[in-house]
Amino acid sequence: MSDLPSNASVVVIGAGIVGNSVVGHLAELGWRDIVQIDKGPLPNPGGSTGHASNFIFPVDHNKEMAMLTLDSQRQYEEMGVNVTCGGIEVARTEERMEELRRRMSSAKNWDMEAHLVTPGEIQELVPFINEEVLIGGCYFPTVSAVDSLRAGTIFRERATALDALQTMANTEILDIETDRGRVKAVITDKGRIEAEYVVIACGVWSPRIARMAGASIPLTPAVHQMIDVGPIPILQESGKELAFPIIRDMDTFMYERQTSGSMEVGSYAHRPIFHSPDEIPSLAEARLSPTELPFTEDDFDPQLEVALELMPEILSQAEIKYAINGLLSLTPDAMPLIGETVEVRNLWSAAAIWIKEGPGTGRAVAEWMTNGYPELDPHASDVARFYPYARTDHHIRARCAEHFNKTYGIVHPREQWASERNKRLSPVHSRTTELGAVYFEAGGWERPHWYESNSPLVDHYGIEDRAHEWDRRWWSPIQNAEHLAMREKVGLVDLAPFVIFDFTGPGVLDYIQTMTVNNADVAVGRSVYTPLLTGSGGFKADLTILRLGEEHFRVITGAFDGPRDQHWFRTHLPEDGSVHLADMTSAYTTIGVWGPEARNLVQSMTDHDLSNDAFPYGSTQAIDFGSINARLFRISYVGELGWEVYVPAEAGGPMWDRLWEVGHDFGVTAVGAGVYGTTGRLEKGYRLMGAELESEYNPVEAGLARPKVKKHEFIGKEAYLAAREEEPAAILCTLTMEDHLSPRDGIKRYPTGREPITTPDGGRITDRKGRPSYVTTAGAGPSLGKFLLLAYLPPEHAVVGNLLSVMYMNELYPVKVAVAGSTPVFDPDDKRMKG
Amino acid sequence: MRILVCVKRVPAPGARIALTDDRQAVDARHLPFTVSPHEECAVEEAVRIKEGHGGTVVVMTLGPAEAEEQLRYAISTGADEAVLLATDGSEWDPQATAAALAGGIESLELAGGPFDLVLFGNESADAGGYQVGIRVAHALGRPVISGIKGIELEGATLIARRETDAGFEVYHLPLPAVVAVKEGINLPRYPTLPSRLKAKKAEVASSRPTGQPGGLAMLRLDTPLEVASSTTILGQGPEAAPAVADLLEDLGLL
Repeated sequence: MSDLPSNASVVVIGAGIVGNSVVGHLAELGWRDIVQIDKGPLPNPGGSTGHASNFIFPVDHNKEMAMLTLDSQRQYEEMGVNVTCGGIEVARTEERMEELRRRMSSAKNWDMEAHLVTPGEIQELVPFINEEVLIGGCYFPTVSAVDSLRAGTIFRERATALDALQTMANTEILDIETDRGRVKAVITDKGRIEAEYVVIACGVWSPRIARMAGASIPLTPAVHQMIDVGPIPILQESGKELAFPIIRDMDTFMYERQTSGSMEVGSYAHRPIFHSPDEIPSLAEARLSPTELPFTEDDFDPQLEVALELMPEILSQAEIKYAINGLLSLTPDAMPLIGETVEVRNLWSAAAIWIKEGPGTGRAVAEWMTNGYPELDPHASDVARFYPYARTDHHIRARCAEHFNKTYGIVHPREQWASERNKRLSPVHSRTTELGAVYFEAGGWERPHWYESNSPLVDHYGIEDRAHEWDRRWWSPIQNAEHLAMREKVGLVDLAPFVIFDFTGPGVLDYIQTMTVNNADVAVGRSVYTPLLTGSGGFKADLTILRLGEEHFRVITGAFDGPRDQHWFRTHLPEDGSVHLADMTSAYTTIGVWGPEARNLVQSMTDHDLSNDAFPYGSTQAIDFGSINARLFRISYVGELGWEVYVPAEAGGPMWDRLWEVGHDFGVTAVGAGVYGTTGRLEKGYRLMGAELESEYNPVEAGLARPKVKKHEFIGKEAYLAAREEEPAAILCTLTMEDHLSPRDGIKRYPTGREPITTPDGGRITDRKGRPSYVTTAGAGPSLGKFLLLAYLPPEHAVVGNLLSVMYMNELYPVKVAVAGSTPVFDPDDKRMKG
Repeated sequence: MRILVCVKRVPAPGARIALTDDRQAVDARHLPFTVSPHEECAVEEAVRIKEGHGGTVVVMTLGPAEAEEQLRYAISTGADEAVLLATDGSEWDPQATAAALAGGIESLELAGGPFDLVLFGNESADAGGYQVGIRVAHALGRPVISGIKGIELEGATLIARRETDAGFEVYHLPLPAVVAVKEGINLPRYPTLPSRLKAKKAEVASSRPTGQPGGLAMLRLDTPLEVASSTTILGQGPEAAPAVADLLEDLGLL
């Protein structure tokens, strides 16, 4: 073995599937002087890769995860380590069958072959299954199993062949040095290496390694139990590693996967069992390996019975030869952790990644490090997405405990967390609680989604409830009623979760201009709504900026994007210190006042002239209400006249009280985020970051390109100019649902979002870049009496009046293109808002 | 045949054995527990004899409540009954252990009739005292043989084979007898799913052992110094030949 070098361009810590994939892709992208370090031996250093089940079910409701998995499967295939065997998710309950119908929609979205199958058809594919306990299943012919250790070796060999990589096995990391917030060197038991970049790809040990540099990687090692049962004659006689489809027994949270002559039975049904990264035994001290811990059989016993029930013929005779509590990584929201750590520059995370998404994620990390952003949007995997509260061990464990048993669970797209609630409370929380607010979580905040006290409005406006429990879940007809009350009179919206950054300093104008697409060099007191782009011209953020002084800009962004946006801004701050960033989120609270009566209401509280001439749309002014110092911003995400009212957090309660009290005479209604974030927004066709806006789409496609492009350079400008020159590959459209009646059971159904938009007869629609058309947001348009869907469509389909279909629960419903582009379907001229 | 097998719950360490800070025990926080491989074979041998000749297999241990895990495992691999002589976790030296086991055997025999055969593993995996089986046999006044790698039954005679460098020693023992077996006498089976479920529901009889813990006292545990070995690569392919020749010469082999 060669000596430890003293310098490297990048040190990659970890030689599991993730670290190997990262070094392989970095080398391919031109990086040299890569040093890879692992404490264990090669090719199996003892991490989670070494005991993984190695199978890939590519279908996932989540687009990002589905794309990472598909890319990984292609890479495994290209390396010759992918064995396609097919897989079946079986259903024992009707609720699960419905979920499998929903899987069909996701399979259609991401172009994966899938078939609903009967118990008899399952038995034909898997002759030893007891079809009597099943009511059906979903068969995915492309499910495969891979050799992840061999793939890792191939990645390393390729990098070594390019003379780009030196791998140091049996080498322990002792410390990571930083200098002024930037990673500097890695200290090992064999010496010190100075490195420009360090990537932590250490799976369950990642938090421990990150802490050496003062950074956080919020994951917990957790147990996944599996046993290996054999020998089984029918499997032995097959003479193959995998002769039968892999079974996911979804309702019991288990799987059965052939491994040559025996059957591996795995479970996600047991109690959550967590370990600390500091207490995982070393390779030498562990009985098997550090991540193959002693099997706690009491936790698995209940699963033996359900496994026996499903495969009695083969499992009753075979012996349990191997049983482990295998360690894997869990994160608070069950997504990977990739990207630069928020605490230390050039210290990257590539953690909480499972076998099925390993190579794809490795590619994304390498592209991100090379090009400034990966090709696949890593929005939901970005390690920067967590607020500080969500990086605590307490939060990580609570959330992981809650979602562990949902690994094979049926999770509603609107489902709310039960644990770790009431951690961030708005200054007006006691008021909204009194009004019967039903809270949804937004960036850890409790945000009213609707108010039970508004239930009389449902009859008043004649709002119809939804017939199907799934469509009604995490929804209320009160939302639509609040919507109509706001459009009729005036609504108050608690917007405390808004994220607020103040930028000041002599370099601030140049800096803000460099970050934004739209011209931010506006007069003091004016605002600009603008995307931020990645270098390749896709959406990185979408936010509003107020100019509060010549050298003072205030950025307001959404609760779901705050930490990611802050990291993006922070990493681009000029190194000379000429711009300061201050997070003012906790200093101010925001109350939205919108509706035809908004001006009358607020004007009745002040002598300050609020007329259209004195306080035009898009402007901001400081106004005192009595002794409350407020800042009003005339803007609206719901398309109504009114303001965002910013006050010091401690004045939030008093301000709400005054608006509520005075508002009584103007017919004020408390309005939840169901209106603010969905119905009001959809009627106006406003785009949402993470839903419509992602880095794979550009402002031209999203209908957000302005007539002119500013002179100032900005990130993504070149790509943006190019996009403006060509016909967009897709156009973001608003569609209306033309018929809600289910062909199957004749009741009205309401999509929840992420369903495929197809040709009328169900044909998949993709644009010339290969991107599928699917619903980015779905919701009611109460003022229009229509159900609205946003979706990107290729130009040939993005024609007003064009009839298409939406595929919901494996059934087709007619939809019609109402608007191609960003023109609102409701009040297209914005008269209500700007008048 | 009525057969008793005595086993001991022990941690199953990895390559390096970690000790607790006070050096009074193996640090078993992350270790599974098991019985010694010899004892696994003893249970398997008892089950095979039962399968060939009929009868019952009782498995017994002196140990903490957690040792139920090892008893249930024995049931899942074919034992019929389990008896726990429950301790509070304190150390019992080989003499005290043998006395407690002999006491346990006597009460079992009073209740259910004599055992034709009492099997032990040759030595425990942790203490390795090599004596508990012999002491129990002595207490019971029965013949005993240890280091056994083959058992056959001919009527009331047990034929035991012990491996030596030259071949096998063959012993004939009148039953009832005590035999300590060695790993390699058989290849123990693993539990099946149904047998594991059955073992989970099986009853484990628990009683207090006769006698007192103690006897020999442990001062502390020490890990032996690790002898590091190093490898020198003399070269690769034909180029390595001169270096190999030199080395052989240095060693006086040429």
